Amino acid sequence: MTPGLRGLARSPRAVAGAVLIVALFLLAFVGPHLTSWSHTDVDYTALRSAPSTRHWFGTSRIGQDVFAQTVRGLQKSLLIGLFVALFSTGLAAAVGTCAGYFGGWTDRLLMFLVDLLLVIPGFLVLVVVAPALRDAGWMAFVGLLAALGWMLTARAVRAMTLSLKERPYVVAARHMGVRPFLIIRRHVVPHMASFLITHATIAVAGAVISETGLSYFGFGVQPPDVSLGTLIADSTDVALTYPWMFFFPTGLLLCFVLAVNLVGEALRDALDPVAVRAEVRA
Amino acid sequence: MTGGAILEVRDLHVSLPGGRRSAPVPVVRGVSLTLRAGEVLGIVGESGAGKTMTALSLLGLTPPGAVVRGSVRLLGTELVGLPVRELAQQRGRRIAMVFQDPLTAFTPVRRVGDQIGEALRIHQRPRPTRESALRRAVGLLESVGVPEPDRAARAYPHELSGGLRQRAMIAMAVANRPDVIVADEPTSALDVTVQAQVLDALAVARKATGAALLLVSHDLGVIAGAADRVAVMYAGRIVESAPVDDLFSRPRMPYTLGLIGSVPRLDDVGTLTPVPGTPPAPGTAPPGCSFAPRCPIADAHCEEAEPPLARVSGTTAVAVPGAGDRHLAACFHTGTTARHTAQELFPPAVPGERSGGPVAGSKPGAGAAKAAIAGAKATAPGLRPGADHVLRITGLTKSYPLPRRSGLRLRRRPAEALHAVERADLHVRRGETVALVGESGAGKSTTLSEVIAFAAPEAGRIEILGHDTAHLRRADVRGLRGRVQLVLQDPMAALDPRMTVGAIIAEPLLAQRTDKARAAARTPELLRQVGLDPSAAGRYPHEFSGGQRQRIAFARALAVEPELLLLDEPVSALDVSVQAGILELLRRLKRELGPACLFVTHDLAVVRQIADRLVVMYGGRTIESGGVTEVFTRPRHPYTKALLSAVPLPDPRAERARERIILPGDPPRAGGGTAGCLFRARCPVYQTAAPEARALCERETPIPAGRSADDPHVAACHFPYPDGKAPLRHRPASKGQL
Repeated sequence: MTPGLRGLARSPRAVAGAVLIVALFLLAFVGPHLTSWSHTDVDYTALRSAPSTRHWFGTSRIGQDVFAQTVRGLQKSLLIGLFVALFSTGLAAAVGTCAGYFGGWTDRLLMFLVDLLLVIPGFLVLVVVAPALRDAGWMAFVGLLAALGWMLTARAVRAMTLSLKERPYVVAARHMGVRPFLIIRRHVVPHMASFLITHATIAVAGAVISETGLSYFGFGVQPPDVSLGTLIADSTDVALTYPWMFFFPTGLLLCFVLAVNLVGEALRDALDPVAVRAEVRA
Repeated sequence: MTGGAILEVRDLHVSLPGGRRSAPVPVVRGVSLTLRAGEVLGIVGESGAGKTMTALSLLGLTPPGAVVRGSVRLLGTELVGLPVRELAQQRGRRIAMVFQDPLTAFTPVRRVGDQIGEALRIHQRPRPTRESALRRAVGLLESVGVPEPDRAARAYPHELSGGLRQRAMIAMAVANRPDVIVADEPTSALDVTVQAQVLDALAVARKATGAALLLVSHDLGVIAGAADRVAVMYAGRIVESAPVDDLFSRPRMPYTLGLIGSVPRLDDVGTLTPVPGTPPAPGTAPPGCSFAPRCPIADAHCEEAEPPLARVSGTTAVAVPGAGDRHLAACFHTGTTARHTAQELFPPAVPGERSGGPVAGSKPGAGAAKAAIAGAKATAPGLRPGADHVLRITGLTKSYPLPRRSGLRLRRRPAEALHAVERADLHVRRGETVALVGESGAGKSTTLSEVIAFAAPEAGRIEILGHDTAHLRRADVRGLRGRVQLVLQDPMAALDPRMTVGAIIAEPLLAQRTDKARAAARTPELLRQVGLDPSAAGRYPHEFSGGQRQRIAFARALAVEPELLLLDEPVSALDVSVQAGILELLRRLKRELGPACLFVTHDLAVVRQIADRLVVMYGGRTIESGGVTEVFTRPRHPYTKALLSAVPLPDPRAERARERIILPGDPPRAGGGTAGCLFRARCPVYQTAAPEARALCERETPIPAGRSADDPHVAACHFPYPDGKAPLRHRPASKGQL
């Protein structure tokens, strides 16, 4: 464990965030097994009922169990967020390192692509493309979100690669005849791991927000599946009359984004500046 | 000319703040010294010994958070604990500092003359006007030997070369005629010919003002030449202090003995004595004598009690009463030390830094050392008969386009180019070590990077192991990469900090498609070969000291049994006692494995120890080459002769007797496609030559030529020294060009 990570374990913000994230994941994946209701079940005997021992978070307008729906939606949102962050960071790392390491035309072409995608309004693309992907399932949606969210990270990765590739050990490896992709994998990517981890963490929160936003407008997860976004969308107009329908999914969403931001910021503090200094000095 | 004590330091302690939750780190631990009027006191020691912090604390310039205890009395004024305003009154007026890096010591946005003038205007009463201060500044610059002092005074710091900046720094230090000048590594960042100029300027300035000088340096040669008395520092303490002749001829502390023995000498090829282990990091000094873990004669007593700095009995130097002239040493065994030579105490057969243990030095076991040598089998094929070339460079040229000057320009000018290397010739035979020497900007590194690029050069021809690089196919390049290996200067940066030593050493093998099992099997053998414990394979580079890391770098380079080893300043980043160990290692590896080596360096003393042949570069051109002994004893090119004469010797007597040729000016940044000899602006032969001979130097670029057609010792000079004594004044050596 590096000194930076040890410092992380002592930071109260990071610990609180991490505990909250673990709790939310537990809720999302264990929650469905705790209740006898599934998110599609309809209890005709209890429409719009307030939270009780029978329905912990109450029921919706058509008698669906809000707890079952919320944990299901949370599960979907978290998965989408995780995968989007993973894919976009991976793509950013691949494009950024190649552009930075190889330079020349590779660099120019890849950076042109980055610039192109940056000037395209992402939300518009999603709105246009999402209906076409309606039948392809939520993984296609993940791909779309990832494809629109990697460019800025890629630029940062490229800049870091430009400086990393002049490090003597990279130069030495090049002169030893190590193949370029192996050099990138072995000597370049590990040295920006802290940056990538931090970025991926923060990207999870961003992706969950994007997913929720799109689902809210009906472009994301499609019924009968639910996500936090669709749940919030369905209940906004009755937020004050039947608050349990609105506040449980909204509250969980806020908790999650807050927790990720806490951990992400602590990670950045711990890994980015300190890790480099500790390496040099140690 | 020495008088009463001017500066008295008593029991000085300096602690730097540790990390957020750790205790302060003591870096200076009880230093006492006395500086008398007109005297030069040298402080010498390796990195981390506390030299610089001692020097800075004398002026109250310690970094924020540092805690200074003890007493520093300057002409009766106590400086420690003096309020900042009063301290500022003393600084510059009574005690002045010359910093290591004059580029950062000057304010970059103000002219040099104004900055020197400012020093005058602050301290002189009545306050001189801006104009008169500037005039005085010009005079000061002239007094320290700055050519065109008017121009230098109007220049911004970045417009001056390193040597001129350092001389301007000296001018500023002596502006108010201080009683004490503190110079902290004043020449460490400079080339050797420029170093000679700056040391000269420092001596002149000191004579003119009569100031006492505290000279801090890691270079024993500089100290031997300049100091009257020397204090040796180790782990924050002074461990020995004596008049310079006594210290060098009769060191009484084992560390001093080992340190002096480990310095490579220009005038002698001797056995270097590496001091095993590494100095303790600040704050980790053991309870007893801090040198005990590395000391060959330490006993249980040494590990328990710290020996005080006490007078050594039986020295002859008791001329003047007073603390200064006595020979003091902090050692319980000064008698034992006096009876032994460096070779006896620090036998070089034991690999310098053994057992890849944590950085704190452990004492080497003789048994393990023998096993290491026995384990290091000579695996490389023996020398093949015939003197075939592993590397042959002819007429190599490399230029870089200069960035266009900024600003609005209506006409397009053709891009100017900087000729980093121009028509350089060089060859390395099988099994031979060739040193490529020159000052900064001479084109050494560019030549090396052109070789390692395995690509067609801009002009000229590079043949590596019989392959012309202009006609290499991809597969050839990969094959050649396995036969040519590179060792870089900075061992801290050359190893990937996130890989284990085992993985680092296996990397070139795997790149040559050796299977993993065989590569892993070879690792322990390679580690033993470079004098490290095979258990080092599982650890990470940061657990090792600089010297050990350079050994790892050597193990990596040797893993594929290269035929040509390219060494880019492999020892210049190391402390001298560690450097000796690496040089011994290199000698042994050459003997056992016999790769040809191209050794790029600026350190001529190192060249003398290690190389068979020598190629001297100047301004991107190769100006002299030949056998090392031949060139060192009978240099033919005036530049080579001046270069050799500028290297200080770590021996006060030889240093005083040494003939010095102080070259004016600075080494050119690069040639630049000009006609004629590049060296003529600084050349002592050209300065005294007849007009028609000068015309030749100006018109014709000299071509390397020997005394006879097959003479391997060639020099690119129209008027080379025939036998190292008197130059041929009026007869050009290269015929048919007049």
